[in-house]
Amino acid sequence: MVAHTLSVALLGMTGAVVEVEAHIASAIPGFQIIGLPDTALSDAKDRVRAAAANDGCPLPAKKIVVNLSPASLPKQGSTYDLAIALAVLAAEGAIDPSSIAGVVHLGELSLDGRVRPMHGVLPAIVAGRAAGYRRFVVPRGNEDEARLVPDVEVTTVTSLRDALIRHGAHLDPEVVEPLVLAPRSEVAAATGDLSDVIGNPDAVEALIVAAAGGHHLFLLGPPGAGKTMLAERLPSLLPDLEPEASLVATSLASLAGRPLTGLVVRPPLESPHHTSSAAAIVGGGSKVIRPGAAARAAHGVLFLDEAPEFASAVLDSLRQPLESGTITIHRANAVAHFPGRFQLVLAANPCPCGQFGTSDIACTCTPIARRRYLARMSGPLLDRIDLQLRVERVTTAAIRVAGDGGMAVTSAEARQRVEAARVVARERLAQTPWRTNSEVPGGWYRSAKRRPAPRVTASIDRALERGTLTMRGYDRVLRVAWTLADLDGSPMPTRDHVGWALFLRRSVSA
Amino acid sequence: MKAKDALGRRGEEIACAHLIDAGFHVEARNWRCPVGEIDIVAREGPELVIVEVKTRSTDAFGHPFEAITPAKLRRLHLLGAAWVAAHEGGRRRPFRVDVVGILCASSGEPTIEHLRAVV
Repeated sequence: MVAHTLSVALLGMTGAVVEVEAHIASAIPGFQIIGLPDTALSDAKDRVRAAAANDGCPLPAKKIVVNLSPASLPKQGSTYDLAIALAVLAAEGAIDPSSIAGVVHLGELSLDGRVRPMHGVLPAIVAGRAAGYRRFVVPRGNEDEARLVPDVEVTTVTSLRDALIRHGAHLDPEVVEPLVLAPRSEVAAATGDLSDVIGNPDAVEALIVAAAGGHHLFLLGPPGAGKTMLAERLPSLLPDLEPEASLVATSLASLAGRPLTGLVVRPPLESPHHTSSAAAIVGGGSKVIRPGAAARAAHGVLFLDEAPEFASAVLDSLRQPLESGTITIHRANAVAHFPGRFQLVLAANPCPCGQFGTSDIACTCTPIARRRYLARMSGPLLDRIDLQLRVERVTTAAIRVAGDGGMAVTSAEARQRVEAARVVARERLAQTPWRTNSEVPGGWYRSAKRRPAPRVTASIDRALERGTLTMRGYDRVLRVAWTLADLDGSPMPTRDHVGWALFLRRSVSA
Repeated sequence: MKAKDALGRRGEEIACAHLIDAGFHVEARNWRCPVGEIDIVAREGPELVIVEVKTRSTDAFGHPFEAITPAKLRRLHLLGAAWVAAHEGGRRRPFRVDVVGILCASSGEPTIEHLRAVV
């Protein structure tokens, strides 16, 4: 007798539907799982046998062969347990095989038969839905997460017995405590308000520009200038995620093992420590390929504080996602893709002692040390960053003004401006696949239809001719100029916008 | 005789009766050689069959078939070869190994399960 059911093999953000087939033969009792299982999956034999015996429906003393198809796809983890148990028991005749065919089962079994919640339910269901399946059975502990996916029929089960009863087995229901994911005390994401920032009006304005156009940002300044404070406030300026982006961000949070109660609607902020490895930033792992900080920051902000302290190889690993918007990780057994469209914010001191360029304390670094310090951020990486800004220490005058309730911009006000500018950009980009100015390829804004008058672009034309601006840099300045125009409600960038965009790009090196 | 040996004896009697009912011709029982012991040697038509009998009074410690480990199966095949060598005058003859599992509760009819040609 053979029975079939389905499960999902997750590979990064994408998943493949796996057919779980069980065959029972009258032979010396045994349990065999074939189809490239890893150790955790091979252990399913013992979990399934124990769970079945302890939950009222012991496995037959016969030869059981479970095949996971496609057989060439490596499969990891314990989330096939429920599908394996149901396929075996259907093959044995405990339930009707037609009831489990075409249904995707997800979840690990505990030895007492209860179903354990798993990580990555959301992307697994999304993958199943993409493959054309509509019916899912998931652990009760993942209910909140599973319900986030629209247009699918989700059934939650607490135990194997529960699942068998739902598939028509004649068993008495037994009430058991469902297993839930350990709640993780989320560190309060107190991003603060933009009005907390004192002084540095240029930097605040640059932050709004970055938020409006989705531009990458580099802040250079002495310690205590408020770089970290500024960067941490960027997510609060960004509009809520759109449904599609929200699903991606939520899927990544699910893969990263964060308990979810609803869709992630606010752009995420990831600020990895500067000792992070390349695998921690872009993602990696030998068997299960996990998303790194850059992937978890998809549609949000990746903030690298003390950027020159990162290993240069780690920083350069960000170049590929910055250009293509996807993160591709190659490992011996598989290739995984993660979304990589994040907004990069780098912060750095101007030199190892941090005092270079300040007026109060003298810098103690040698010129070579200073140069080496900033050179750790490679030219190609910095070239991809549209906004490069110097942040100065706050002066007493600025503190006075702020104390008097000066002209500090609040996050809410800034967000309104950002949203208005994004609406303008969206209208202009309506017929294109892009949403924000930063995504637009260079040629688009240079084309005859949209090219600003030569009078307007004179300053960057000259910079390009002199070689102080690369072609990519030229395009990026043009994009920032468009964002500035969007913020001002101007139909085309003016000369001021271009000049200001050039300043925002070059103020560090100037 | 110990209780477990008595149970084993009884199981072999039951298995023998079952095989004869199924049309087997029993050639020998409890044939011993240095490798070990064959419970029953039988013929089904022209085919030589080495039969291992496993008897249990309860399945609390597992089904009788679960006691047939790969090592035991290997020994059964060696025993089969030893029987052929001793009785077929040096000719090589194919044979197969069957296992009869008997659940023999203290009251009621025993359940007999017969697996043919196990490998």
